[in-house]
Amino acid sequence: MATSDSVGSRAGLSGPGTEEMNVGSTERLISMISGSLVAFYGLSRNNLGGFALALLGGGLVLRGVTGKSIVYKALDIDTAHSGRGDGRNLPDERNVQIAKAVTVNRSPEDLYRFWRDFENLPRFMGHLQSVQIVDERRSRWAVKSPGGGTAEWLAEIVEEKENERIAWRSLEGSDVANAGLVRFSPAPDGGTQVQVTITYDPPAGKLGTVLAWFAGEETSQQLYDDLRRFKQLMEAGELISTDGQPTGQR
Amino acid sequence: MKAVCWHGAGDVRVETVPDPAILYPRDAIIKVTSTAICGSDLHLYDGVIPTMQKGDILGHEFMGEVVEVGAAVKNLRKGDRVVVPFTIACGHCHFCERTLWSLCDNSNPNAWMAEKVYGSTSGSGLFGYSHLFGGYAGGQAEYVRVPFADTGPMKVPESLTDEQVLFLTDIFPTGYMAAENCNIQPGDTVAVWGCGPVGQFAIKSAYMLGADRVIGIDRHPKRLKMAKEQGGAEVLNLDEVEVGEALKEMTGGWGPSHCIDAVGLEAHGSGIEGIYDNVMNALKLETDKPAALRQAIVACRKGGTVSIPGVYGGLLDKMPMGAAFAKGLTFKMGQTHVHRYLQPLLERIVQGELDPTFVITHRLKLDDAPEGYRTFRDQKDDCIKVVLKP
Repeated sequence: MATSDSVGSRAGLSGPGTEEMNVGSTERLISMISGSLVAFYGLSRNNLGGFALALLGGGLVLRGVTGKSIVYKALDIDTAHSGRGDGRNLPDERNVQIAKAVTVNRSPEDLYRFWRDFENLPRFMGHLQSVQIVDERRSRWAVKSPGGGTAEWLAEIVEEKENERIAWRSLEGSDVANAGLVRFSPAPDGGTQVQVTITYDPPAGKLGTVLAWFAGEETSQQLYDDLRRFKQLMEAGELISTDGQPTGQR
Repeated sequence: MKAVCWHGAGDVRVETVPDPAILYPRDAIIKVTSTAICGSDLHLYDGVIPTMQKGDILGHEFMGEVVEVGAAVKNLRKGDRVVVPFTIACGHCHFCERTLWSLCDNSNPNAWMAEKVYGSTSGSGLFGYSHLFGGYAGGQAEYVRVPFADTGPMKVPESLTDEQVLFLTDIFPTGYMAAENCNIQPGDTVAVWGCGPVGQFAIKSAYMLGADRVIGIDRHPKRLKMAKEQGGAEVLNLDEVEVGEALKEMTGGWGPSHCIDAVGLEAHGSGIEGIYDNVMNALKLETDKPAALRQAIVACRKGGTVSIPGVYGGLLDKMPMGAAFAKGLTFKMGQTHVHRYLQPLLERIVQGELDPTFVITHRLKLDDAPEGYRTFRDQKDDCIKVVLKP
């Protein structure tokens, strides 16, 4: 699947220069060493958990080698230029912007039509519990929160162009201020490129729970998974999973 | 039902597990009538493939009878006798539409893992072949759930026995695609490294596609004998001759026009270059395995093709790329697009052009699978191919 992602810093500020180093040199060395150890240990375990560890370790090595942490970038933490990563340079308002793209082997019209019916969104967006259409422009969204409760907000469509783009945002007073944009453009060799950008501005008081997924990689991975499921539904006509198949003694 | 379950290196067990059920509208349930142990299963058995979990059901070469279909499956009905491709393909993505079935965009639910390891995107899911390739329960069992059953399984005529069509699921198409990838021209010589089941089918396929000469390379006398007697190949025992020199001598100094590596190396791919050497050491990989590929590259004639049906999983070391570049070689490789070959190869079997049963040396009950794995791995009793009957 052709995906690309960029985890930007504060929405609107991610232009040239967001690819700068933001991990200090001591930290980079620690990253490299610990990353190698984690990856090495993970691979030596030779099981699924070990494999996941190896990937994590690889990420740490990469961070050490490149001096870039996408988690830091998302949260605007810069230990490369401030000497200590004490969070002093964290902005009060932490907008997180994530973007992902996927190519789907269907026409822009088909994809637009499916997406534009927001009640379809929970079929592929993992964290969404339900979306109810209120009227032509507004809908009520409910998400499962990590603590087991739900958070709700009212969203409105702020811009749309048939078969090309849909932009939405939450209305004033939402638990989580958020906005999204999906664009559908014909791919050069058939199918459609789907590009999604989501911006969150979680209020400071809810950092513990809500931010658990409205932060950096977590949300980025979720959006990636959501788009994979969207692609599966639109191409294969069903979601793909092995949950529920038989296994031997684990 | 009974199923062959993986529990670790050298440890497979026949267990009683729940029967599979239809999970999605495009699923079918197949009652397995014949299944086989593949050479690539031995790498699972040796414990060198990552992301296996205790209890995983093995097996990707299987056929049987349809006992249940999901609501969306219109082309199959209860009682149909089918062979099932080992690669799982959705039939509708960009790659499936171009008949690149083993590169299906949708059939690996764990695609994120493969993407982390292999860069861009994941290939298709595979039956019974680790969680990296989807974690699908395999077909060394009495029953199996087949996803996208409207796209994969092919009905087979009653006039043919299970053993005549079983290998359409993997090794016959795999050997055939390896030969096809050589783009054989009249007068060409093809050398095949590894005379296991895939090598045997590659030899036969190379002749079918017009090769003038085929040379089989192996160290097991029984396999070389089969390549010679069944496949009509000239043979080289790599324990007895220096392969590169022998090939040169046999081809007037030029080397074979095309080289097929049917040995492969299922390296434990990490995708992280910096720790590669540590990992290679930690896993005690058999370093003689990439030797086949190195040898093939060095032996290949200028302008020729190196075709790789043997599986590679990670990073290879000391590859003679200079030789490949200097000689203007073409490399063709990848998992088999099994769906593409089912019908044409079935026709060859029906017409009597080839009887795939020649590779079978052992027939066992599903209950005896652990013994079958041991026998195959240890080359006991000149074992080449094991078929299991549930």
